[in-house]
Parts: sequence; C-alpha cells; structure tokens
Amino acid sequence: MSKTRDITVTVNGTVHEAAVEPRLLLADFLRHTLGLTGTHVGCEHGVCGACTILLDGDSARSCLMFAVQADGRRIETVESLGRIGKLNALQEAFHEHHALQCGFCTPGMLMTATDLPKKYPLASDDDIRKGLSGNLCRCTGYQHIVKAIRAVVGKAKDASGDTS
Amino acid sequence: MKPALFDYVAATSIDMAVAALAAAGGEAKILAGGQSLVPMLNFRLLRPSVLVDINRIAGLAYIEEDADKIRIGALTRHFQLETSPLIAKYFPVVSAAMAHVAHLAIRNRGTIGGSLSHADPAAELPILALLLDAEFHVVSASGKRIVAARDFFHDALTVDLAGDELLTEIVLPKLPPRTGFGFEEVARRHGDFALAAAAVTLTISNGAISAARIALGGVGPTALRAGGAEALLIGHALDDALTLSAVAAVRAVLNPETDLHASADYRRHLAGVLAGRALAAAWQRANTGAA
Repeated sequence: MSKTRDITVTVNGTVHEAAVEPRLLLADFLRHTLGLTGTHVGCEHGVCGACTILLDGDSARSCLMFAVQADGRRIETVESLGRIGKLNALQEAFHEHHALQCGFCTPGMLMTATDLPKKYPLASDDDIRKGLSGNLCRCTGYQHIVKAIRAVVGKAKDASGDTS
Repeated sequence: MKPALFDYVAATSIDMAVAALAAAGGEAKILAGGQSLVPMLNFRLLRPSVLVDINRIAGLAYIEEDADKIRIGALTRHFQLETSPLIAKYFPVVSAAMAHVAHLAIRNRGTIGGSLSHADPAAELPILALLLDAEFHVVSASGKRIVAARDFFHDALTVDLAGDELLTEIVLPKLPPRTGFGFEEVARRHGDFALAAAAVTLTISNGAISAARIALGGVGPTALRAGGAEALLIGHALDDALTLSAVAAVRAVLNPETDLHASADYRRHLAGVLAGRALAAAWQRANTGAA
C-alpha cells in the first residue's frame, strides 16, 4: 500500500540519499536511518520540543514532519553545533551556566535558542522565557537555561558593537 | 506512537491537489503545516488513506494588497503573518494576536489555511477571521466558491469544507479609518491554547462608536461574535457603564465547557474581563489614531 520514496536530504552539510516510507517521521529518520541520536524524541505530538531541528534555517519539530517532506531541504541537528572539545558559544554557555541536568531537553533547547535570536531581539529575560515556552525541561532547570541564553545574546550584542 | 500507513501525494499545483482529494473519495487529508494533523496521525486518532501534501505548491504562500482588501495565501506560515509589514499596517490586531499562537518552531511551520480548516475552538486565527469578516476561497475539482467566515465554522474541528475541497485564499477587507483594536488572551502557559480570548475592533465617528466587532474564542465549540454586545455600543462613547453592559452581554451568549483546565464559570467570567480590556484598548487606539 505504502511504497517507499527516494529522498535526498542535506543533514549538517552532508547529502544523504535514502528510500523512506512516507509515514516515517523526520525525527525517526534522523535517529534510526542516519544514526544521529542527538535529536531526542519525547512526546511525539509537538508539545515537548525535544526533537526541535532547523529546517532550511528555521526551527521546526522533527516529530511533526515526515522525512519525505525534507526531500531537497537542508536540516541542521544538534550535532551541527559543535562536539566535545569544540563546543560552540551557545553550548559553552550551557556548560558554564549549568543549563542542563539530565540533558534530555538540551538538544531541543539548543536548537530553539539557535533560531530565537535570529528572529527576536530578546531584550528582556521574559522574552527569552516566552521564546522557550515550547520546550519543556522536566528537571525544571529553566533559570539556568535563560541565563545561558542571556549570556550568549548579550555577548553577541557586545561583539557587534551594538550597545543600545 | 507512529502513524498508520497512508499513501502520499506531493502536490505541485492546486489542480493536482484537488484531483488527488477527489480521487480519494473523502478519505484523504490535506497536509499543510502539519502542526495539528501530524499529532493526530501519530496518535492514530486519524487514519486517512491518503495524505495530500500541499507544501510544494508554488504561489500558495503570499500576503498581497488590493485597493480594499488584503489577500493571504493559505500556505502562509504563522511567522510570516506575525512579521508582515502589510499585516502590521492594516491589521495590527492580527500581528498582536499571532504572538500568542503556539511557539516559534510551530509558527515557522503552521499555516493560516491549516489553522482555519482545523478550527480548534481555542485557536486565535478563527477568532480573527470572524472578527475581520474574512472570506474564504475554496477550490475543488468541480469548481470554486467563496464562504464568509461567519458561515464557515460549524462546530469544534468542523467547518464548511467537503472532503474534496481545499481552502486556497483568505481575504480580509480593509478596516475603515479611525478603527482601533484590542486583543486579550489568557492561557496557562505562553503559547498554549487560550482558556479564553477576546478580540475587538471599534470604529469611531464624531466621538461615538459607529462600528463595533467583538469576537471570542476558547469559550464554546467554535469562536463566535457577540452581536448583542456589539449592537449596544453603536452610537455611544465608551465609558465604564457601557463597558459593563457590553461585558454582561458578552457573558450572556457564552456557553463554555468545564474541563481539566478551567470551569465553565471561570471561562465565562474570564472572557468578560478580557472583552472589557479589549474594548478599552480598542477605544483608546481609535481615539488616538493608532490603528
């Protein structure tokens, strides 16, 4: 009934070709087909945010998309940000500010926090909290996550010379 | 959970999409942003035999201006609506309300056509469509038709769309000069569905209200207009007494349900409070010229 489709997807800069069932969720494609287990799957209905990835640069829930829909598109997962020994600035800030406890929500938090400053000024910590409202941390470590993002957003402003 | 098997059609034109819908004989679902549909597929609350993906139809995402209206393509994402200068200019109530719609990752994907076709009783876009007297352009293999927003929403998750029809365009008639708006919503968590929401526009002429619209959501099976309260306002300046009368008239037409999140009484009370605040904001904006 449901034949496979051939797709070509660029994930973290690498072009992947695969034959997928149309019902295969993008999250499961990333984890099981490509072995990129950094993307976590929590609720599978778009509430927890753990599976957040970037689709052509915009944050999206990979549990609410089918892999077949990513044909010809560009995906970034948490693996694109950095690696042990070479974390990016956001990951370093999470490390510095103790912004993770069990770590389950962290990939989604990082990918959301990668997209947020590109779209909103995040002038206040309340803006950061609103921006994170779609990502659940069941360790409830939100304060430290907000601090980590504030540190990066603040640094970014200083670096660009924009002190307004 | 994972979705049941389905056939998948990646439509590249409206004609191709409606042909696939017709061929499925009512057993197909349209996949737009997927932010409501895919959860229902994942839980197997829905098991369509065919998914018609409209994301690859070119020219279905746009916000365009005509002399007397703004036309919005059904595939326009929430984030585009939220940040559109045209929408901010002509319908700031929409810009204000869109910030309440879910979360960035969902606004990046969710579409106006999808939200209106899905018609969650507490979603913002059905409230706005009713408020702004939107008209919906609907296409099927057998033709086109136009549906007024007030005839579109029949019940919770039930709209005036047949299984072979696709909502393609939403038309918002421009508002008269000296129109102010208010939008108020309370949700348990920022971005969650509203416990109650109220949207208002007031147009003033010679110091009195010449046109009033009040729309509410989260307080019944569909979003609704409070026509009785609107009528009370016409010809008067807004003051505390008139606001109280209008709020009472709003509450009188509401029949909310009690659920896990709030009791019916709380929702009715809250909707009145929000309508009162939205009225005050709309009155102030109409008088200061800030549309």
